[in-house]
This record gives sequence, structure tokens and C-alpha cells, in this order.
Amino acid sequence: MELVYLSFILILSVFLGFELIQKVPSTLHTPLMSGANAISGITLVGALAGAGSESSILTIILGTTAVTFATINVVGGYLVTDRMLAMFKKKATEK
Amino acid sequence: MPTIMLINLSYIVAAVLFILGLKLLGSPATARRGNMLSALGMLLAVVVTLLDHAIIDYRWILLGMVIGSVVGALAARLVAMTAMPEMVALFNGFGGIASLLVGWVALAQPQLDNFLLLTVFLSILIGGVTFTGSLVAWGKLSELLPGRPIVFRGQRLVNVALLLANFACGAMFVLDPQQPLWLYLTIALSATMGVMTVIPIGGADMPVIISLLNSYSGLAACAAGFAINNNILIVAGSLVGASGIILTRIMCKAMNRTLGNVLFSGFGAAAAASDKIEGEGTALSAEDAYYVLEAAQSVVIIPGYGMAVAQAQHVVKELQEVLQQNGCEVVYAIHPVAGRMPGHMNVLLAEADVSYDLLLEMDDINPRMETFDVAIVIGANDVVNTAARDTISSPIFGMPIINADYARSVFVLKRSMASGFAGLDNPLFYGKNSRMIFGDAKETVNKLIREFST
Repeated sequence: MELVYLSFILILSVFLGFELIQKVPSTLHTPLMSGANAISGITLVGALAGAGSESSILTIILGTTAVTFATINVVGGYLVTDRMLAMFKKKATEK
Repeated sequence: MPTIMLINLSYIVAAVLFILGLKLLGSPATARRGNMLSALGMLLAVVVTLLDHAIIDYRWILLGMVIGSVVGALAARLVAMTAMPEMVALFNGFGGIASLLVGWVALAQPQLDNFLLLTVFLSILIGGVTFTGSLVAWGKLSELLPGRPIVFRGQRLVNVALLLANFACGAMFVLDPQQPLWLYLTIALSATMGVMTVIPIGGADMPVIISLLNSYSGLAACAAGFAINNNILIVAGSLVGASGIILTRIMCKAMNRTLGNVLFSGFGAAAAASDKIEGEGTALSAEDAYYVLEAAQSVVIIPGYGMAVAQAQHVVKELQEVLQQNGCEVVYAIHPVAGRMPGHMNVLLAEADVSYDLLLEMDDINPRMETFDVAIVIGANDVVNTAARDTISSPIFGMPIINADYARSVFVLKRSMASGFAGLDNPLFYGKNSRMIFGDAKETVNKLIREFST
């Protein structure tokens, strides 16, 4: 049942993703990409368990490496997206 | 309330925040808030996960997070907007390797059933391909590796063999998880597949491959989510996967090519055989161009990757202002695949403080192209190549272009008559109403601005 339940979530999220992303204007495609990239850093959540366990050294090393890479992804991704989006301005005076 | 319940309820909130964040990305006015909501969701998900009882030792987590935050924050601060494609490519790769590692760590669980092993295999496969593929893409974009497609005889055969070998290893890995050889082989084969997928991609096709790798990084997170039985990874991963696939599709459509064609054809190599165009482009000096611009009522600027290379976005904005002060209407026409990633030109112009409502999409500008006095092509080539519209034998025939040649006159700012990234001649340069202004794009635009001030 676990498989069915997780697959159910997967399918619904994919459809939701399609609906949401289709509405993003092409002007914002670069920030969309870097923002999505930051979201894919969600693997961080999975990596925490490995890095924080007291099992084998290998698990801790793998987990810590994963935490590092995923954190770069999350922190870097959100910050650079914010930096870009802050530049998108509309000036009423022009045109 | 038991911790596990709290964690899962918080994941629902985090998922809602991700979704709202993406929804607010629908307009430039709300996008920044959307990104913050999404970041808030991430923070929530991470913080509640730290409450998990399975986490005993926080030292390593702290170490990883501190290193990651410092590197990430510095990279986000220091990266030049022109280097955005490289950075996104690299970050895609980091997402991939993290998912690969999470899949690997999942093997430490006490009970391994076939389904779990299969999802671990998938995390490693997708994560590995994303990682090395992104590294190659990064190398190509930052010009550490040659940007032209690297193709050889039997490439497809090698790739199919790699894929089959990898599936075979995956099967052995699921059947015999105690033997680490299969795991290592799978990792090695996946890494090789990533390299092999991206080396035949030429520079002009980079927007497609970056979008695709973006999608893969999401799918890798998704697979890792299955491996560790975690909903939020699946939800967030599939949102990203869907986003990447949509962008990939838009990019392919904008080049009138299928994804298979982009991935397997090594475009630049095939294109070299096209016909030569007779005739010469007519050169024009910046001074003469000034007289035309000075009299123009409306100007459309068509930027391409060359504008990014020359870092010309700021002077282009200056030219825009000078023209506007002269009573001229100025807009920009942005082709979906201009630049090296989706939306690349928009970000550069936003950096130069150009109002986003002046940036028009191809389909909005083409119907009224005849009404413009001057079209200025800055560092763009293939996206205004009329061969795509008029020459059936052209390799890019059928690709939608910005019809710059329909404007009353066309100024092309270019270093020389050399052909563009696709290696194709561009009939636009030889058109009756076309004038070539040779030289560095930034210098040329500067010259034009100076002419206006004298």
C-alpha cells in the first residue's frame, strides 16, 4: 500500500506542477529555474538523517557530504533567485 | 503530539508554501514574495526534520550546513548575471549528487526490500546522470570545455550499451544487495552516462539541456523520497521535475526540434554542409547609423548571447534612454532561446534596470514588426536567421524566428561576418534593408550614444 500511496502523491504533484509552471511568464524563466533548483535542495531533509545517525562512518560521511551539497543548493538557490527578482522592476514613467 | 505526526503535518505546510511560492512566480510583481514563501517552506521542513529522534548527533549536520551556507551565500552574492547559466548548471549538479548520496545512505536501513532497492537504484541513476551531466554543461558554459558538440562514430550505440549495462547492474544490485560491486558499478555507469549525454550538445542547444538537467535534479530528489519514504521529497521533487520538463518543451518548440533530436544529433556538425550565400553584407559606420536612429520614431532591440558576452546590457539601456529622450519608442524583442538558458536576456536587461513591460515575446513583436523604423540586432544570429523561414534546405528550417528583416531597416551589431553558433550563414545580413555595424557590441553602442550627445 505504501507504494500506491506514494505514487498517488507523485502523480498529483506532477500534474499540479504542470498547471503552476505553465502560468509563469517567459520573462521569469531564469528565476523560475534557479528557484526550482533551490526547491530540489529538499534532499537536504533526507540527508539530515544520515549525517545525524550514529551508525557507520560511511553513512556519516555520505550523509554529511549530501547535507553540504544540498545546503549549497538551498541557500545559494534562494538567495540568487531573490537577487534576480529584486531587479525586475516596472517603471511607470517610461514608455 | 508524537514527533512523527508533527513532522508530517509540518511537511504539509511546507508543501503548501512551495506551491504558493510557485504560484506567485506567475507575475514579476509578486515573484519575489513567492520565492520568500518557498524559502520559508524549506526552512520549516528542515527545522522540523531536525526534531526527528533518529538524529542523535548534530555535529556533522552543523558542519555540513555551515560549509554549505557559506559556499551557497557567497556564490549567490558574487555570481555575475551573465554567468547565471553556469551557476544554475552547477547547482543542478549539486542537487543530483545530494540525491545520489541520500539514496546510498538509505541502504543503511535495517530492512531492505526489493522496492526500496529499486528506488535506491533510481536515485543513484538519476542523481549520477544529473551530477556529471551538469558538470559537463557547466564546463561548456564557462568555456573550460569546448562548446562545440563532441560526436563520434557509434556514439548512440555506446549510449544504448551504457544504459543496458546500467540496467543489468541495477537488476543485480536489487537481487544481491550484499555485493557492493553492483552498487559501485551502477554509480560509475550513471556518472559516465551523464558525461555522454551532454558532450554531444552544442552551445546553442544549452537552454534545452539546462532545463532538462533541472528536471532531472527534481526527479532525483523524487526517487530519493521514495527510497527514504518521505512525502515532502516526492512533492517538491516532482514540482521541480514538472517545471524542468515544461521549460525543456518550450525551448525545443522554440527551436522547432524534438528533444531526441537535440540530445542525439550533434547539431553543429551536421549544419556545416549548408549552402553558401552569395553577396556581401553592407557595412555602415556608427556615425551614419546615428543619423538613421536620430530620425527613427520606433526602434526594436533584439538581443542575443553576444550581448551577454560583451556585457553590453548597461550601455544598451543607455541607448534606450537616449532614444526615448529623442521621442522614439523603444522595445525589446526576446526570442525564447536567446542566450544560454531560458529567460537569460530578461535577467540581463532587468539587471540593467530595463522595465520588464518593454520586453516583448516573439509572438507579440512579430505581427507589428513592419511598423518599426529600425531593428537593432545585438549579438543575436540564429534567432533572426531568415533561412529558418525561407530556405527549406536549411538545417534550422522551421525554427520560429523574430522577423527582424520586416522592419524598415535592420542594424546588425557584430564582430565580423562569421557565422553564428549553429555555423550557418544568415541571409538577413545580406538583405537589402540590412546594414552591418562591425565591432565590439559594447563599443558600437557607446559610439552611438556619444553621437547623440554631440
